[in-house]
Amino acid sequence: MKLELRGITKRFGSLVANDHIDLTVEPGEIHCLLGENGAGKSTLMNVLYGLYEPSEGEIVVDGTPRKFRTAGDAIDAGIGMVHQHFMLVPVFTVAENVMLGHEETRSLGWLDRRRARKKVLDLVDEYGLKVDPDMLVEDLPVGLQQRVEILKALVRDAKVLILDEPTAVLTPQETEELFRVMRALRASGHSIVFITHKLKEVKAVADRITVIRRGKVVGTADPASSEKELASLMVGRPVKLVVDKDRAQPGEVRLAIEDLTVLDGNGQAVVDRVDLRLREGEILGIAGVDGNGQSELTQAILGLRAPAAGKISLDGQDLAGRSPRQILNSGVGFVPEDRQHDGIVGDFTVAENLVLDMVTQAPFGRRGSINPGAVRDNARQRVEEFDIRTQTIESPAGTLSGGNQQKVVVARELSRPLRLFIASQPTRGVDVGAMEFIHKRIVAERDVGTPVIIVSTELDEVVALADRIAVMYRGRIVDIVPPTTSRGDLGLLMAGVIPSRDPAEPAPAAEPDATGTEPAAPTATNESDATPGEEDPA
Amino acid sequence: MTEDNKSTPGEPSKAKPAPTKTTEPAGASASTPAKPSLGRAMLDAIITGNSAVVTFLAIVLALVVGGVLMILADQDVLDEYKYFFAAPGEALSSSWTLVSDAYTAMFKGSIVNPDSFSEGSIEDIFRPISETITQATPLIFGGLAVSIAFRTGLFNIGAQGQIIAGAVFASWIGFVVDLPPVIHLVFVILAGVIGGGLYAGIAGFLKARYGAHEVIVTIMLNHIAVLMLGWLLTTDTFRRGGQAQPIGKDAHENAVLPNLFGDNLRIHFGIILALLAAGIYWWLLNRSTLGFELRAVGSNPDAARTAGMSVARAQILAMVIAGAMAGLAGVSQVMSSTNPAHTLTPSIDAGIGFDAITVALLGRTKPLGTVLAALLFGALRAGGSVMQASANVSVDIVIVIQAVIVLFVAAPPLVRSIFRLRGARKGAEGGPLAAKETVGVQS
Amino acid sequence: MADTVIAPDVEAPVNPTGEAADVVRAAARKKALITGIGFILVGLYALWAFGFGTKSGVDAVFGMTVPNRDTTEVGDLSLPARAVAIAMSVLCMVAGVLRIVLDRSRLAIRLSIALFLIAFVIAFLVWAVAGKQMSFAGALQNTLLAAVPLVLGALAGVIGERSGVVNIAIDGQFLFGAFAAALTGSITGSLWAGLAAGMVAGALIGGLLAVFAVRYLVEQVVLGVVINLLVTGITGFLYTQLLQKDPEGYNNPGVFENIRIPGLADIPVIGPVLFDVNIIVYLMYALIVIVHLGLFHTRWGLRARAVGEHPTAADTVGIKVNATRYRNVIMAGAIAGIGGAFLTIGTVGTFSKDMTSGAGYIALAAVIFGRWRPLGAVAAALLFGFTSALATSLQPLNTSIPSQFLQMMPYVVTIFAVAGLVGKVRAPAAANKPYTKG
Repeated sequence: MKLELRGITKRFGSLVANDHIDLTVEPGEIHCLLGENGAGKSTLMNVLYGLYEPSEGEIVVDGTPRKFRTAGDAIDAGIGMVHQHFMLVPVFTVAENVMLGHEETRSLGWLDRRRARKKVLDLVDEYGLKVDPDMLVEDLPVGLQQRVEILKALVRDAKVLILDEPTAVLTPQETEELFRVMRALRASGHSIVFITHKLKEVKAVADRITVIRRGKVVGTADPASSEKELASLMVGRPVKLVVDKDRAQPGEVRLAIEDLTVLDGNGQAVVDRVDLRLREGEILGIAGVDGNGQSELTQAILGLRAPAAGKISLDGQDLAGRSPRQILNSGVGFVPEDRQHDGIVGDFTVAENLVLDMVTQAPFGRRGSINPGAVRDNARQRVEEFDIRTQTIESPAGTLSGGNQQKVVVARELSRPLRLFIASQPTRGVDVGAMEFIHKRIVAERDVGTPVIIVSTELDEVVALADRIAVMYRGRIVDIVPPTTSRGDLGLLMAGVIPSRDPAEPAPAAEPDATGTEPAAPTATNESDATPGEEDPA
Repeated sequence: MTEDNKSTPGEPSKAKPAPTKTTEPAGASASTPAKPSLGRAMLDAIITGNSAVVTFLAIVLALVVGGVLMILADQDVLDEYKYFFAAPGEALSSSWTLVSDAYTAMFKGSIVNPDSFSEGSIEDIFRPISETITQATPLIFGGLAVSIAFRTGLFNIGAQGQIIAGAVFASWIGFVVDLPPVIHLVFVILAGVIGGGLYAGIAGFLKARYGAHEVIVTIMLNHIAVLMLGWLLTTDTFRRGGQAQPIGKDAHENAVLPNLFGDNLRIHFGIILALLAAGIYWWLLNRSTLGFELRAVGSNPDAARTAGMSVARAQILAMVIAGAMAGLAGVSQVMSSTNPAHTLTPSIDAGIGFDAITVALLGRTKPLGTVLAALLFGALRAGGSVMQASANVSVDIVIVIQAVIVLFVAAPPLVRSIFRLRGARKGAEGGPLAAKETVGVQS
Repeated sequence: MADTVIAPDVEAPVNPTGEAADVVRAAARKKALITGIGFILVGLYALWAFGFGTKSGVDAVFGMTVPNRDTTEVGDLSLPARAVAIAMSVLCMVAGVLRIVLDRSRLAIRLSIALFLIAFVIAFLVWAVAGKQMSFAGALQNTLLAAVPLVLGALAGVIGERSGVVNIAIDGQFLFGAFAAALTGSITGSLWAGLAAGMVAGALIGGLLAVFAVRYLVEQVVLGVVINLLVTGITGFLYTQLLQKDPEGYNNPGVFENIRIPGLADIPVIGPVLFDVNIIVYLMYALIVIVHLGLFHTRWGLRARAVGEHPTAADTVGIKVNATRYRNVIMAGAIAGIGGAFLTIGTVGTFSKDMTSGAGYIALAAVIFGRWRPLGAVAAALLFGFTSALATSLQPLNTSIPSQFLQMMPYVVTIFAVAGLVGKVRAPAAANKPYTKG
């Protein structure tokens, strides 16, 4: 099946998300759609999949123009989609999810579960997508949930498969496995549209590449092109590839975590016996695939989650039993991983958001009442200093772009003397300019001696910023390694495998002295994200 | 990099925010509007239908709906519609007479009766307004009770139960002790505040501690309060002796909210308390750190928690404050001129608990809005009883009008499409009426 | 090769190990201990109040013949009050001990709770009835009558919430259904027309709820409350203006006759209670089965639940989310309307102002207490019906328990349920979340 998009334009109010996009997907190819976060890739695919109606342009399938009003129309035309956020009903079984919208029924709409199971099992055999049809989806790991998504498309006879950022939640090894499935599908005549912003993956799997920037197609490329060429196409201007920073000057141990265990609502250990030492003036990067306990670890330090066991002490003081407010007030800065969810109050003004966790303290609050003048003065200073692009300081923070919202959070957290700074996903969904700026501020904070923890699922970011890297897997610190460690080894660690050691051996507790004294970064500069030009160490 | 932010002491605090970097949000190319003239702004408001216009139109529509219902319920007028094609004028004119008589009576009963200028005393002239304010008084308390909880992200459907709790406590203090003037009233008011606050606190506590949905809990607590009141009125402690009916004991004279302008007008001290409460609510929301926290918790509890606020504390406090306000409505129900014997009765809440929800919604949970909405509904109530007496139209129509107003206010696009107005900007409307969360396709 | 790397993911969902598991076990233990001790304390109270509080040598007599039904006489059940009360109180304590000892299996937990509840209720009843007589069969009959509207309302609530729309307006649907059934039944002289009108009225309110919730994205809880007010106003107004002025013409629909099913109705005690009833009750039986099977075994149910759990997922497989919600909420409204019709043309035969007296809210409570499952909701509705029947039956016996306290039971129980004190409840994920598209 040949799929063409001609002049697709999608506007949201005054915002043009897609601007006259042309795209042709030939049968039996893996066509890669490359672009930064927010370039308009997902919008384009939602148009193609009938979830958005295009403002202009047409979709042509095998030479016939088609109109997709609903996802059902797209499905009928042979298009299947694996969404970035899985579209699975967690409380349904695999088979129920696969058949939803496409049910096998007997008379009166009675579900024929046996036939549904059989269909799933047939496909499982055909493409090697091993998964149990009777498991509840919520009990499956993400890698398997993704398979269910692919099964959903295949059971509907999809000829074109759209994969939207499919690797974001996978370990490198799971990613490899996905690529194997993609190649198998290509071999059986399916075409695949693979959406990503990761250059290495593009080179590994694509047959053809279309690059999108700011809603427009800016060019097509060959997988043989260098990463540098691809990156400059994607980003549009030469990016600074590295984070400038001097070698760390670690001092005293400031934060000590001993034997920390945190449980989730079901009593599962999400942080499992973690030991960490953090020294003055160093950045500890915590790497790992999403959902391996990184968030819970930071929340435990902040007092947002009560540990089930273990001890956290800052400058020798035990933090047990302190409220988040006391911990924040004692000089801990925290940038949460999901700014919209945890970082800002969208209805509040920029000025209010800039004092969100300080409003009870002088000069903003006195004896229960707020000093509006102080709040405004603070806002003006921060907006200036951090170059926050907002119409006024009284605009609701929810109206700012993602990058500027993130700057609000970072500005707030860095605006007071700190004893510890923790940033989770500090640059997720942020444009390149804001990313550079935030990285610079984080390094500057380190350089005044504050111990810093950076949690990121972007390996490149961790490698670029950190002086030491702790890799988390299923709540455990698998190992603590220098940033010079190869990508391959880091990838294995992220999958819970300790390279060149006996994998059965439990993860060793980090030896702060060993890691502290090692020749951490012989290079004064480390790689950064969107790293065109550097050869792939893996 | 961590400078202290000292506010310049000389700077006038009301100064306009200085023009900060007025760069547009990325991607959006919205043009910054120049300050429009007043006339232009009003015209814009009417064309696009902003919230004030929508509210006005909703009231008009609700009155129309009420009128239609009156016609449908009048046998004589309906009979004339059987001959509509023979004599359309007849049917239409008697419909008009019916509806206009009713609404005229309502106006006379709630704003002013023109006849009183020529015939009545000065008190007769002010009586309708006094009645409106008297009816509005408990509605202001109730509306504030619902509003505060809303702002903290809680639906307080339990004003009814809290009013009852406040009334029971107040009434008990009112008859069980005999204290000097003023002091007794202060104790009665405190009792009402405590009763309502404690009762609402149950819901707040269960929400904060166990995550029990406050809507369900407050609804259940309403029913429990009604039953509890029914039982209390069978006990010797509360029931007036020598009577079969479940009626409470009379309060002492000193426990009563005094009338403001003598015995002939029912307007009483409660309205002063109500306006004071609205003022406190304004300060709490806009100028206090507690209000800042309540609003933050209401708007984004996760961010509030991450910023070190205690969501549980905010929820409990918000409910307790809300209950205290509702308790004041209870005080007003027992201890004011609307209850001549100042006793507890099984229906002491008089439906105010649910009307309070509509008041808060119509007032968009803002202090002034709540007061104005309460005055409107107070006027409907005051006018409604006059209408029932003089135009023979049941006062129940007032509930219909109230509910329809709120339904229309809840759906501005509906009102606009009825009047063919252009849409206002998105995000300019909604407030407590809009769904807190929606699910949809993410771009 | 890659398969082997992923293998641990497939095989072994992490089990809590070491300290983590200890903590979980300790929490479960603590819960079992607290509940168990609670049971024992309540048992002790029962022993003191009901057991030793009953005079010895007195019998509690329970009438087992269903009143006003053409059926065979069943002898009264006469129990030695003190002995039975003491025995049952002890059973309460035994249940507590079992709860502590058998804290592992779910079945054991449920059985111990059931044992406790049944023993406590019997102990209480024997104490209250000691030396007097109460018609137990009559109470069962009242239970069913009280439960019919609750069951129908709860089914409506389950369908709505499973589809993602919270229906606080059940009470309004009851009231409007009751009103329309009475009015239409009186005007047309046909009870069937009345029943149809009740359904249409409920569906109308359902439609109103759907339009505002789905189309205009109004907060559904607030919306439900306002709609209830609206219906209270409309029915109250029309009642005063029309029905009250001409009760013969407008408020005299009559009542459906009972239909006796031979054979089944001859089963002692429960036969006549369950199978000598009118058409609306049989309709309810059918609807319970249909809604349960429909929700869990048909395409309609699968799609409804998908829309209520994850509407975006449903949309991406071509299910029309909002259309599904409209359809289901309106259909649910019709079911609640039947419940409303039962209040007038199924039992008392006339409409009166605010006659639901909050039954819709109890139905809502049954939805939650029944954990959003049709059969669970039915069980909860029956339990609530039983407490209200008990309140009625015990009133003439002059027990020291005020009838208001018994009437409070459903509300108190529901508060405990939503507070998670009697097990976890989890609402459909997308309930009260409108679905919007860009």
